[in-house]
Amino acid sequence: MEIGMNFKETELCLGLPGGGGDISKTSGKRGFAETVDLKLNLLHSDDSDLKENVDNSSSAAGEAVPLKDPVKPPAKAQVVGWPPVRSFRKNVMAKQKSEEATAAFVKVSMDGAPYLRKVDLRMYQSYKELSDALAKMFSSFTMGKYGSQGMIDFMNEGKLMDLLNSSEYVPSYEDKDGDWMLVGDVPWEMFVESCKRLRIMKGSEAIGLAPRAVEKCKSRC
Amino acid sequence: MAYSFPEEVLELVLSFLRSDRDRNAVSLVCWSWYEIERWCRHRLFIGNCYAVSPEIVIRRFPEVRAVEMKGKPHFADFNLVPEGWGGYVQPWIRAMAASYPSLEEIRLKRMVVTDESLDLIARSFKYFKVLVLSSCEGFTTDGLASIAANCRNLREIDLRESEVEDLSGHWLSHFPDNCTSLVSLNMSCLGSEVSFPALERLVGRCPSLRTLQLNRAVPLEKLPNLLHRAPQLVEFGTGAYSAEIRPDIYSNVAEAFSVCKQLRGLSGFWDVVPAYIPAMYSACAGITSLDLIYAAIQSPDLVKLISLCPRLQCLWVLDYIEDAGLEALAASCKDLQELRVFPSDPFEAEANVALTEQGLVSVSEGCPKLQSVLYFCRQMSNAALITIARNRPEMVRFRLCIIEPQAPDYLTLEPLDTGFGAIVENCKQLRRLSMSGLLTDRVFEYIGKHAKKLEMLSIAFAGDSDMGLDHVLSGCDSLRKLEIRDCPFGDKALLANAAKLETMRSLWMSSCLVSYGACKLLAQKMPRLNVEVIDERGHPNSRPETCPVEKLYIYRTVAGRRVDMPDFIWTMDKDAGNPEAFVSNGAVEMVGDA
Repeated sequence: MEIGMNFKETELCLGLPGGGGDISKTSGKRGFAETVDLKLNLLHSDDSDLKENVDNSSSAAGEAVPLKDPVKPPAKAQVVGWPPVRSFRKNVMAKQKSEEATAAFVKVSMDGAPYLRKVDLRMYQSYKELSDALAKMFSSFTMGKYGSQGMIDFMNEGKLMDLLNSSEYVPSYEDKDGDWMLVGDVPWEMFVESCKRLRIMKGSEAIGLAPRAVEKCKSRC
Repeated sequence: MAYSFPEEVLELVLSFLRSDRDRNAVSLVCWSWYEIERWCRHRLFIGNCYAVSPEIVIRRFPEVRAVEMKGKPHFADFNLVPEGWGGYVQPWIRAMAASYPSLEEIRLKRMVVTDESLDLIARSFKYFKVLVLSSCEGFTTDGLASIAANCRNLREIDLRESEVEDLSGHWLSHFPDNCTSLVSLNMSCLGSEVSFPALERLVGRCPSLRTLQLNRAVPLEKLPNLLHRAPQLVEFGTGAYSAEIRPDIYSNVAEAFSVCKQLRGLSGFWDVVPAYIPAMYSACAGITSLDLIYAAIQSPDLVKLISLCPRLQCLWVLDYIEDAGLEALAASCKDLQELRVFPSDPFEAEANVALTEQGLVSVSEGCPKLQSVLYFCRQMSNAALITIARNRPEMVRFRLCIIEPQAPDYLTLEPLDTGFGAIVENCKQLRRLSMSGLLTDRVFEYIGKHAKKLEMLSIAFAGDSDMGLDHVLSGCDSLRKLEIRDCPFGDKALLANAAKLETMRSLWMSSCLVSYGACKLLAQKMPRLNVEVIDERGHPNSRPETCPVEKLYIYRTVAGRRVDMPDFIWTMDKDAGNPEAFVSNGAVEMVGDA
């Protein structure tokens, strides 16, 4: 087995520039193997051409993350780490634009996952978009039981308690006061303002948050 | 003739050698010189904290008083290095606490520093004077409090762009009342308010204070109090530069600036209210360095400001300056050496400001001493690059970021190969280069051929094939750091140039085409390299050998593989006993050619 020379073999793992496995030498702009971090790519809702790129032999070991077929990115898609502006400066400069959407990077951890991620909450307009993105980032996290709004139904105490007694994952966040809350209990904009970090934990662990969450929710309702 | 040169004389001679390169050369002459040199090296620079271990360092250099060290790869600045990668300073602090009781200075960049480390520093080094934490993380203001409270002779505390968990501003109050030694304080990265009375008292009792960089939480109204207490300041960073528009505030601020006759550097300026800009005009005549990257000042105001700074040598500014502002810069500031223009809106495809390649061309024409450029823009042409190269052949650092990846020459739609080619061909002293835009293997041919002094190269979304990487690795004689993302470079060039990697500090490759098999092979062939595969998809064993790895970090080391890696990083085995290492005849031949 040769290494690295046979691009046809690597094609299954990696979408090459120009597609079709040949490196075309063009003088004009060409498609490039887009390295949009798929887990954050909200705009790619159609998964079918991704599946073609998945390496079959790796499916046994868990989800392989193929790179996308070369496609010009839509305007809003962000390539990770590009342009190369330091995240420190991004966050600080962003805070200054008082009116508009600015960056709100928060760390996201999931119990059991080996690494943290960072997300910019202002890239999403709703809890549903956030939960879709989280689902892509952390493959064992699904919000299937949450209903169409993509968030925990705080109105229904029974449902809430069921969820918290299960082994489903629930997203929680640390707010400005340092309290840990369940995600979804305040209007989206308020959440973005007050969220300092996210942690996806097992429902049964989140049970400790629930009384406070339910209380805070009750006082708001 | 017996060796008759007394050691003491040699030691005195060596004490005049400041550069590490010279000292390293000296220590290779003979064992006796090696011994003498190692006992009198007091300042250490460790460019990669994993290239060597604390034990090895301490064993060789027993009398160290100042350490400077770097951790994470540069691309960590852009979120390309996952959290938990490493760069922990604690093992170093522990070892140095035991062996370097006279340590005075610690300078760290991109490292993880904990409160525990800061506390250990504060308690272990009686003569501790200088702490610089540049782009570090992992500590809180509690750690700073410990430093403030315990370091009797603290001269410098500089937290530039570090991520500090800001528990409270009270850390500043931990400086004892008899602390008068402070020369430099940079707390610009902190979020919360510090105790203002404590700050005032501290500033007032430190007569040697030369650098004071406040954080955003210090309001403009408080500025006069501070400046009056430190009229000797040379570098000053304001807090928020905004207040209600009131004549009394304005005149107080203006008067305070005028009292500081030694000011050479200004920074800060968060939330700028344009009406207050003229308040600093009195300082402009002497200003050599201006950092306005947090200041949303529009072009006309910038033009006025800059035209008052004829001695400006270093300008960091947002692209609000526009081409017009850069023309004014070129006309007024003939001493300009360094220009950095940052994007105000980096994620917008459309330009929000009238800044093009023309601005940079103007500066290259008008500023004869220009040698260091970092420029973000949305269009570029070969013609402009060629002009810049011809104007400024003494350029040393050139970093160009065209916001759209793989953007061609906007006039001809061709790649920017010839433009960057002109840069490397004309600028023979070039030490650092970052490229962007549409680039083929051609540009790498130029680089390999001409960029003989190039030490650091950053490449993104460029090239067509392994030939590109091969040109760089085989041609750039001075290359120390190479960082590559999203380029179609694979196994062939890497393996063919394996020996080159030992002459460099490090190589970073992410989203390229280097296979797991090649990584293993490289590690086996080059035991003095650590070949680290970073892959968040799980162990590379779970995928075919030909599958490209997500990220790769290769660096030379005498410390062996590191032991503090997280789950998603694997160091390739150096043990060549595995027969599977030689995966094909072709690979063996390649290795033989290297």
